[in-house]
Amino acid sequence: MAEPLLSVTELFKHFGGVVATDNVSLSIAEGELHAIIGPNGAGKTTLIAQLMGELRPDHGSIRLGGGDVTWLPSHRRSRSGMGRSFQITSIFPDFTVLENVALAVQAHAGHSFRFWRSARTDPALQEPARAILERVGLAIRADVPAAVLAHGEKRLLEIAIALATRPRLLLLDEPMAGMGPEDAARMVAFLKRLKGAVTLLLVEHDMDAVFALADRITVLVYGRVIASGPPEMIRADTDVRKAYLGDDEVP
Amino acid sequence: MRWRNLSPRALATVAVLAGLAIVPPLALLTGATFYIDVFTRIMIFGIAALSLDLILGYGGMVSFGHAAYLGIGAYAVGILAFYGIHDGFLQFGTAILASALAALFIGFVSLRTSGVYFIMITLAFAQMIYFLSVSLNTYGGDNGLNIDRHSDFAGLLDLDHANTLYYLVFAILVFCLCLGRRLVDSRFGMVIRGARSNERRMSAIGFPVLRYKLTAFAIAGVMCGVAGALLANQQLFVAPAIMEWTRSGEILMMVILGGMGTLIGPIVGAVAFLALETVLADLTEHWQIIMGPILVLVVLFGRGGIFGLLSRWRFARHRG
Repeated sequence: MAEPLLSVTELFKHFGGVVATDNVSLSIAEGELHAIIGPNGAGKTTLIAQLMGELRPDHGSIRLGGGDVTWLPSHRRSRSGMGRSFQITSIFPDFTVLENVALAVQAHAGHSFRFWRSARTDPALQEPARAILERVGLAIRADVPAAVLAHGEKRLLEIAIALATRPRLLLLDEPMAGMGPEDAARMVAFLKRLKGAVTLLLVEHDMDAVFALADRITVLVYGRVIASGPPEMIRADTDVRKAYLGDDEVP
Repeated sequence: MRWRNLSPRALATVAVLAGLAIVPPLALLTGATFYIDVFTRIMIFGIAALSLDLILGYGGMVSFGHAAYLGIGAYAVGILAFYGIHDGFLQFGTAILASALAALFIGFVSLRTSGVYFIMITLAFAQMIYFLSVSLNTYGGDNGLNIDRHSDFAGLLDLDHANTLYYLVFAILVFCLCLGRRLVDSRFGMVIRGARSNERRMSAIGFPVLRYKLTAFAIAGVMCGVAGALLANQQLFVAPAIMEWTRSGEILMMVILGGMGTLIGPIVGAVAFLALETVLADLTEHWQIIMGPILVLVVLFGRGGIFGLLSRWRFARHRG
């Protein structure tokens, strides 16, 4: 078997007495869409923050494409091919939609110690950015300030920014957070198209979406992996049913 | 008319620079030549305020120790002149180098913090440099240092002439303004602005943010250091008072008063602040009692400072 694109081994993270990540091991193969589900407070966002390098794990290792990235800061992980979107929309509200994406393109177009030529009219940044906006369906909104976008559009921009860094592995933290059914359906359709082109790790509450999209699912409860496998297996797993018992969410 | 199509910013820039350009002939015409000196000083503070706006208005770095670079630049000229070195290139070169090194060091330490901690650390560093200058007894300590001659630029410029000094300062002001304009829209500028708006996201998309912020901090320090070297030439005197912490506050006020993140605004702010100070100081020795409320009102009601007020007024008239 080829080496997985991402492999996480025995990851631990404590906050005071709370164990947010408890011996998590995980591997994601190239091209796979791997979903992480779990009740609120299961440590999903904490896990993503550690994968992206925003939080340091107490113990364990994270390897990307065969290289150890456990102690690399975020910007270095971005360079080695990791990207993320945020659960709480994290865009540049004062910039236009196009500038938001162009900035992400710029991050991977050599150093930015360039002081004279305008970046706002640089085709080397604008053209790739425009192509990405086409891809997510925001091209017609390219020149409006990002702050005025509707919620669903902001969520798409959120992903467009991450995509502009051309990640090999994209971590999506609840891309459908706060979306109505219509926007959510649009997002699912988009993720379906994206699948295969980029390896995806998807954290999501929307179970219909997760089961429709995922190749494999990992279930996290109180920071621990209680099950991991293909959707049909997770659906049948008694531990998972128990974890979700009461809200009966597993379809 | 064509000028109606200009943006408020371009219009303000043209108006302000044209106004400053005609000060000396106007002063000669009316016989009030001391205004040349007054406006030389105003423009020097304009450069200082502009440099602060680069990191404050665009980079979101609230430096409360910006006067330190003014002091470093001025002392570079003063101390070299004390040893009989009057070569302008050497003096200004030293001012640039010293303020760059100081800014790199101060920035390297303080940019690891943010918010109120950043304000306090930059203030603390400026105070250290202030007290260092007080302790320099060789160079006059608290009483300061007289400079017996203007910087000598290989005999090309005679800064003993008020007009020459005025237009040198004016040229440097215009240069800094142009540089600033290019800078904020360049790739570098976009990184600085992005970091102000959302630093966490900047890291996640792959920017090593700190080194860009540090570079911006150093550029602003150097610009302010040059302003300090000019100030030494204008006053022919340098004392620790040049970098008292209240001075840092004044520069901050000029930026806010004129309009943060506009570059031209802080220059307007410097004119307004120092003009107001002069006028009010003529009226009463307690001029701060009047100045204070004016600043409070501008901050409360004039979002975007004087520049913001002007551009809104112009916009409203356009639609009306």
